Amino acid sequence: MAAIALPRVLLRRPSRGVLLIATLAAFLVLWVVLRGLHTLSLGAAQLTPLHHAVNELNDSLGASRNTNPLFLYFFNEIRLVVDEFVTFVQAVIAQPAFGRPVPLIGWLGVVAIVGYVSFAVANWRVALGAAAGFAFLGLQGLWQESMDTLALTLSAVVIALLFSLPLGIWAGLSDRFNRLITPVLDFMQTMPTFVYLAPLTLIFLIGPASATIATLIYAAPPAIRFTAHGIRSAPHDTVEASESLGATTKQTLFKVLLPAAKRTIVLGINQTIMAALAMVTIAALIDAPGLGKTVVKALQTLDVGTAFNAGLAIVVMAIVLDRVTTVAGARAERARLDTRRTSALVRRVVLLVGGVLTLVAVWFSTTYFWAAEFPPDVSVGPAIAQAAAAVTDWVQTNLSSVTGGVKDFVTLVLIDPLQMLLTESPWWLFAALVVAVSALIGSVRTALVSAACLLLLVGTGLWSDAMATLASTLVATAIVMVLGVVVGVWMGRSTLVDRVLRPGLDAGQTMPAFVYLVPFLALFGASRFTAIVAAVVFAAPVAIKVVADGIRAVSATTVEAATAAGSSTWQLITKVQLPMARRALTLATNQGLIYVLSMVVVGGLVGAGALGYDVVAGFSQAQLYGKGLAAGVAIVLLGVMLDRLTQAAAKRSQ
Amino acid sequence: MTRHKWVRAARQKVWISAVVAALTLSACGGAKIGDTSSASTAGDCGEFKIAINPWVGYEANAAVLAYVAETELGCKVTKKDLKEEVAWQGFGTGEVDAVVENWGHDDLKAKYIEEQKTAVSAGSTGVTGQIGWYVPPWLAAEHPDITDWNNLNKYADLFKTSESGDKGQLLDGDPSFVTNDESLVKNLNLNYKVVYGGSETALIQAFRQAEKNRTPVIGYFYAPQWLFAEIELVKVKLPAYTAGCDADPEKIACDYPDYDLDKIVSKKFADANGPAFQLVKNFQWTNDDQNVVAKYIAEDKMTPDAAAKKWAEANPDKVKAWLPKS
Repeated sequence: MAAIALPRVLLRRPSRGVLLIATLAAFLVLWVVLRGLHTLSLGAAQLTPLHHAVNELNDSLGASRNTNPLFLYFFNEIRLVVDEFVTFVQAVIAQPAFGRPVPLIGWLGVVAIVGYVSFAVANWRVALGAAAGFAFLGLQGLWQESMDTLALTLSAVVIALLFSLPLGIWAGLSDRFNRLITPVLDFMQTMPTFVYLAPLTLIFLIGPASATIATLIYAAPPAIRFTAHGIRSAPHDTVEASESLGATTKQTLFKVLLPAAKRTIVLGINQTIMAALAMVTIAALIDAPGLGKTVVKALQTLDVGTAFNAGLAIVVMAIVLDRVTTVAGARAERARLDTRRTSALVRRVVLLVGGVLTLVAVWFSTTYFWAAEFPPDVSVGPAIAQAAAAVTDWVQTNLSSVTGGVKDFVTLVLIDPLQMLLTESPWWLFAALVVAVSALIGSVRTALVSAACLLLLVGTGLWSDAMATLASTLVATAIVMVLGVVVGVWMGRSTLVDRVLRPGLDAGQTMPAFVYLVPFLALFGASRFTAIVAAVVFAAPVAIKVVADGIRAVSATTVEAATAAGSSTWQLITKVQLPMARRALTLATNQGLIYVLSMVVVGGLVGAGALGYDVVAGFSQAQLYGKGLAAGVAIVLLGVMLDRLTQAAAKRSQ
Repeated sequence: MTRHKWVRAARQKVWISAVVAALTLSACGGAKIGDTSSASTAGDCGEFKIAINPWVGYEANAAVLAYVAETELGCKVTKKDLKEEVAWQGFGTGEVDAVVENWGHDDLKAKYIEEQKTAVSAGSTGVTGQIGWYVPPWLAAEHPDITDWNNLNKYADLFKTSESGDKGQLLDGDPSFVTNDESLVKNLNLNYKVVYGGSETALIQAFRQAEKNRTPVIGYFYAPQWLFAEIELVKVKLPAYTAGCDADPEKIACDYPDYDLDKIVSKKFADANGPAFQLVKNFQWTNDDQNVVAKYIAEDKMTPDAAAKKWAEANPDKVKAWLPKS
């Protein structure tokens, strides 16, 4: 049947690949003819009427701050509640309060609580690691800063979850609400924080409230998405069975859907915590207390050592919170499937004893100085700082002769040609290309979304900058995917490699970018390539992890069968494992793109120019605010367009 | 209760009491919290909320002011780490009392002093700021004529990078400060392209590497800045600044003016006219003074507070002149 049907299809219509190549070829021919026409470029200090209008709106908003009822009765109330909450958490673990010279619970108490809670939700191995990790923060000489960061992060996460979970459930149950909220979540995740940092302090004033709200805007979306996703992927037959037995919607939700989605929801909470920690340095720009301040201060004098020490504390905290929540998620899953109760009693006893011990530790830490303030004379912080500074120095001195050549080569063969292709094309020609490609690899719907994004992009007045940023983004994503496949396959095939590399990947995701950008700037100068490298460091870990998971998920029997049939390792990878992990590959591309885009602003700080620089300048110069906001919107538009495009491709490949 | 369970519970009890006893004994010697009452020195100054903009020179001003306000006037000083725009916004909301080193920022002055009337100037800090184009010292020594803009085209090839194509690269930095560089390049017919480094870090690293590896670089920079204590960057001479030559941003073809770095305070703070405001108003010192404190912070890694203390103790006369007359 198939053998007869195939040629008929071929005759009737050329394949998608042929059409794609034809479209690209047509674009190139027209590009050569029309090059330099209608490129919509705009100078660094030039503004469009839209940018001016946004400036004026921003100004009038600021001027009416003290009279506008919206501020007086709405925003001020929110600020008050959030401020009180954060200050309370700080008083408990971070800042002197209640008339005491130290916080309510000292280091011993916090370490004990962290260990105890980790044991309660995960297992004893994780608990030991968590307690050791937190003790390490004290050893670094950063106890108070770390607790400030923890207080702010936890407050932001708790408030975020308060409405993320209900919203996520709603989005999981209702298709319409899901469609409505998805673009909002995209916006929250890809809109650069710099754009809304200044307005936030206008609305919620300088202080914990603004820092917390800035953090939760960025951190809440994963919890909503994962919750909705978890509920959506609950097995249909169970839901139907429950409904046919006469359960109400509420019963179905609480007895069937939520328990089934528990693991995914915990993963969402995990992602929310990670995202909140990624905001630590940015929030420091509006006076958020904690480790971010240490990093920012140290970088003013290019003190990489001190900045690294503080960055390491953020990484340690992230790894602890990540492992605890991940294992907690896995346990939730196992507990649901596993109904044996043999070990439950032992566990309960240990929990009881541990609880009492924790209480004792807490009591000590509220009563005695030695348990409240971390002993300062055992600090390893200076040693870490010195070592980091020495390594940076060595790298800067010995490698810079080689790295310059690498930068020049990649720029010449990859970045420059692509950027020329995009920025020097008439805008409508490139837009037509994107719409055509969208229709070919996606559907009519994809094409419509792309067209809308492209038209809005023209509307921002920053088309040319957007094209320059797009070029760098594509190059960075390509590098991310090469790394993702190579390292991901390696990790997916060996548990040992996985265990060795994973902490490094976590560090890449949570270490504040500027800590490693200082040596990068010495190696590559201020350039688009430096920005691309920064984006790769941040985005590659995600792609690698997703690919590794995909490879591991290929069923063992398939691999065994292929090996038995005499496949070599190379054949096994290219013919079996990679093709079967195709869905993971497209997901990795999608996530890689989004993560690269979230580094556009950091890129603007190290020489990328274009949209990233526009955003940074908008944050610094009042008259460029409107342009900065427009650039932020342009980044969101690029993000939405590329996201839908890769998702459509992913659906096709299933 | 079965016997088995009972035994376990009893064992537990013994265990817990043993641990508690051990811990209590071992902790007996520790200092108890709340034993010593801390005497607070509350003067009539009240709270003084000072913004800390993110550069070391500013930090030096603020540290000395905060130190004097705390020790001499008994103020309760709160330092807030903020970017400029956010700090100025704080004047209106009452979150910030003073910004103590302002680089021009006519945009913010127009918005907050003239339009919203939430801020007022509190006079000069005595420090003069210079913006301009700089080259590393080795380059100026090797090509002495490179420090005159007339010769820059001759050296354009030297400054080519992957970012500037076939032109010379003029590296710009932190967008927080005013830049006319694109107009300058165009109007002086220079064969250069402005490349936006985007941050102070990018600029400092560029100059450091250039001096260390003897590679050429030319870029936008400013003084006073702590880097000058490490590398004596050489300023390139641009056509002299005359009053009004920078009126039309599109047509600028002259050097940047010297900036009289001033202090800005919130209107409320000024109207209340308390001791902290008097101190801010009277505060004046020199570029050299600031450089000394900035060096303590940046090079010697002292905390701002310790740096301020060291300077204030060495300069009691200057400090005295700032104190409110009463």
